[in-house]
Amino acid sequence: MNAKFKKIIPQVLTLAFVALIFGFFSYNAQLNMENRGISFGYGFLSQESSFDVQFSLIEYDGSHSYFRAYLVGLLNTILVSVIGIIFATIIGVVVGIARLSSNLLINRAAAYYVEFFRNIPLLLQIFFWYFAALRALPLPEDAEPIFGVIFLTIKGLFIPAFVWNNLDIFMYSLLAAIIAIIFIRSYSKKLRENEGKHIPVLYISLGLIVGLPMISFIIGGVTLSFEIPELVQLAKTSFRFNGGLGLPPELIALTLALALYTATFIAECVRAGIQGVSKGQKEAAASIGLTPNQVLKLVIMPQALRIIIPPTTNQYLNLTKNSSLAAAIAYPDLVLVFAGTALMQTGRAIEIVSITMLTYLTLSVSISILMNWYNKKIAIKEK
Amino acid sequence: MKLVNINKDNFNNYYYLGVFLIFLSIFDVFLNSFFLINVTSFLPGFLSFILPLVIGFVGLYFIRVEHSGIKNLDIINKNINTNNFNAILTLLIIFTIIKSLPTFLNWFIIDATIVGDSKEACTGTGACWTYIKIWLRRFVYGMYPNAEQWRINLSFISLTALGLVGFFATEKYKKYLTLYYVVIYPFISFLFIYFFISGGRIFFDFSYGIIAAAVSIILGFLIPNKFKLYYFLIVPITLYILLKYVFFFEEYIELGMIEGLVWVETGAWGGLSLTFIISFFCLIFCFPIGMALALGRRSDFPLIRYICIGFIEFWRGVPLITVLFMSSVMFPMFLPQDVYVDKLVRCIIAISLFEAAYVAEVIRGGLQALPRGQYDAAKSLGMGYWKMHIFVILPQALKLVIPGIANTFLALVKDTPLIFVVGLLEIVGMLNLAKTNPEWLGFAMEGYVFAAIIFWIICYAMSKYSYNLEIKYKTER
Repeated sequence: MNAKFKKIIPQVLTLAFVALIFGFFSYNAQLNMENRGISFGYGFLSQESSFDVQFSLIEYDGSHSYFRAYLVGLLNTILVSVIGIIFATIIGVVVGIARLSSNLLINRAAAYYVEFFRNIPLLLQIFFWYFAALRALPLPEDAEPIFGVIFLTIKGLFIPAFVWNNLDIFMYSLLAAIIAIIFIRSYSKKLRENEGKHIPVLYISLGLIVGLPMISFIIGGVTLSFEIPELVQLAKTSFRFNGGLGLPPELIALTLALALYTATFIAECVRAGIQGVSKGQKEAAASIGLTPNQVLKLVIMPQALRIIIPPTTNQYLNLTKNSSLAAAIAYPDLVLVFAGTALMQTGRAIEIVSITMLTYLTLSVSISILMNWYNKKIAIKEK
Repeated sequence: MKLVNINKDNFNNYYYLGVFLIFLSIFDVFLNSFFLINVTSFLPGFLSFILPLVIGFVGLYFIRVEHSGIKNLDIINKNINTNNFNAILTLLIIFTIIKSLPTFLNWFIIDATIVGDSKEACTGTGACWTYIKIWLRRFVYGMYPNAEQWRINLSFISLTALGLVGFFATEKYKKYLTLYYVVIYPFISFLFIYFFISGGRIFFDFSYGIIAAAVSIILGFLIPNKFKLYYFLIVPITLYILLKYVFFFEEYIELGMIEGLVWVETGAWGGLSLTFIISFFCLIFCFPIGMALALGRRSDFPLIRYICIGFIEFWRGVPLITVLFMSSVMFPMFLPQDVYVDKLVRCIIAISLFEAAYVAEVIRGGLQALPRGQYDAAKSLGMGYWKMHIFVILPQALKLVIPGIANTFLALVKDTPLIFVVGLLEIVGMLNLAKTNPEWLGFAMEGYVFAAIIFWIICYAMSKYSYNLEIKYKTER
């Protein structure tokens, strides 16, 4: 009886404490909202938003609903996160490998890069790129084209746009190629294990992924042309670019800062991963007659990736969460559009902040579930 | 196939040629970047551009020989010249450094201005450090009134001095240090910041308390040991009441006959000092909360465990900026109408809870890394849950996770600029404010470079310190 009591009492007390806090908060919230004459509810999401967003991936203007505005913000967040993740991975892997280089200069340069960018607040870096570095770029009329088609100006980066015809057919052919490759890989694995035969999977895959889309161009009626941005004069001193794809400077500054900052952490993950594979593994692999390429592909990488991937996923998550700093330089991401402008207009603090938090929470929890699943899959299966 | 076969015998022939070629290539780039002289301008553009690279590469190829017998050459070959690929990378890095050095030096030092006290002084093409000089007070103290800034200085100096006590403590007092740093020191710093930096009428209560405590401690030496307990129970409080209500009548203060410290509201705090204040308090608060959460997450009680897991995962799943949004727009809705919590306090609570979740995960890692034997050994000695954790488990676990905790604290310091969301301006916020001042437009770069240097020094020092701690507490296991 006594032991059971001892087990229950602390739990009940904790629960009561938590319930008390929640009760207190919700009671006050209800009272406050009654006083202000607002009722709790998510009905406002379908109301007309009547504010504009500078940069949006989907069609949007003031006549659309708040929910549409939420989608615009979410897509912008995802856009900057994806671009940031791609660049951060490239820089991070290169720097991480460079840190292990036998060349002292390369080694030191990579180390200084990591020490430098890691120890400066991300917000400061974003401000630096946006307010200091990108403001030094030329005006649209003075911009020198890069390779004749890309313009980097103070108003943003202008690159040629792809104009697709029958894009869906192209996508289907790409999808078909990927599915075929997956099948061939598993077939070749089976073949190798059962009969010991090798088929050149890499060449077949390359052929498929290049060939199928090519065929779609030739017989599927897919065409691709480029729309090159060109300078047009609006008034005597006012110029802008027409056509092409314009990336706003906010996006560039944010991506740069996020990528350079996160890359330092990814570099450390990569370095730790490669160093984590013991030297004996490499020597053992070499001693059974594997070529250096095979050693890397079959022995080092699988083990290093096991160490590298979990913390790197964490960094991707951090990058996504850090992209919310966009609000500081007015890049219209989820926080700025929804928790900023929409909140100011509707005054529905509880609903909007909770939706915003829930969105990020869903994102992180789903990624961490995915990561746990992956971890379990690649964990060393001891017999 | 090798173009030229370099070995130990014919090495001397190539050695001087190689060194000469390397020197030539570096000298060419040097002239080009520092004196804007293009020696090879007679060649077509592209060739002139990559010629130093080619020459240097050939030079490095000539001097690459194993075990040459020359000590310095061997070191060079081993470190920067192991193969062709490394040789090219080495040259590229050296050239990049030489090329970018003049631009950097010109902007940073040579063409920079630091004299004068107005924008007009900055005529050069370099950085305008005058801007930093003029605005330095704002960057360090925010909108805190100039005449009152000695209060911040005095608080910080005294707190630093009190913080250093640990280094001078003799063996006799070492055992009290934990208590001092965990309870007394935070309390004293809280008093300093709450009463001294805030100021206002409330400061009188603080000074009465200090005077009462000081007088009673000094008089306490004269009291025989037998009565000391009663003395300390009665006298300080009596003195405090006497001071507050009898000696200094409240009316005097209201009539302005006694001037106290000027009240400075937290909205006026800012700059680097605010960065320190926020980091300091969040650091103090988030550690115990995080520790409790970590223990809760490994608790045997399922209910407590799930509550802790939910709490930790919630804070770790959302960005700090939304947490601050919550503290500024949502939190007031949760409080009774007449209760107002200062926004600095709200900020500190929000950041502390946020970082506590991260600290909890780090500490959990340490707890998990401890072998089961430690728990079993402690239990077999008859220790209870708290005794076991305080004396056996936590000291070892915390030692293991010093790097992780240091990283979390670093992240905390780097996150402080985010408080711009609630309208508080620490150093980065002040920079943005100064940048928009119509008299000082166009000096964004200088400001950000200045702040970056300061943050870099703080963070780098912290990480080095944590590294030292890690070494110091590393025990063989």
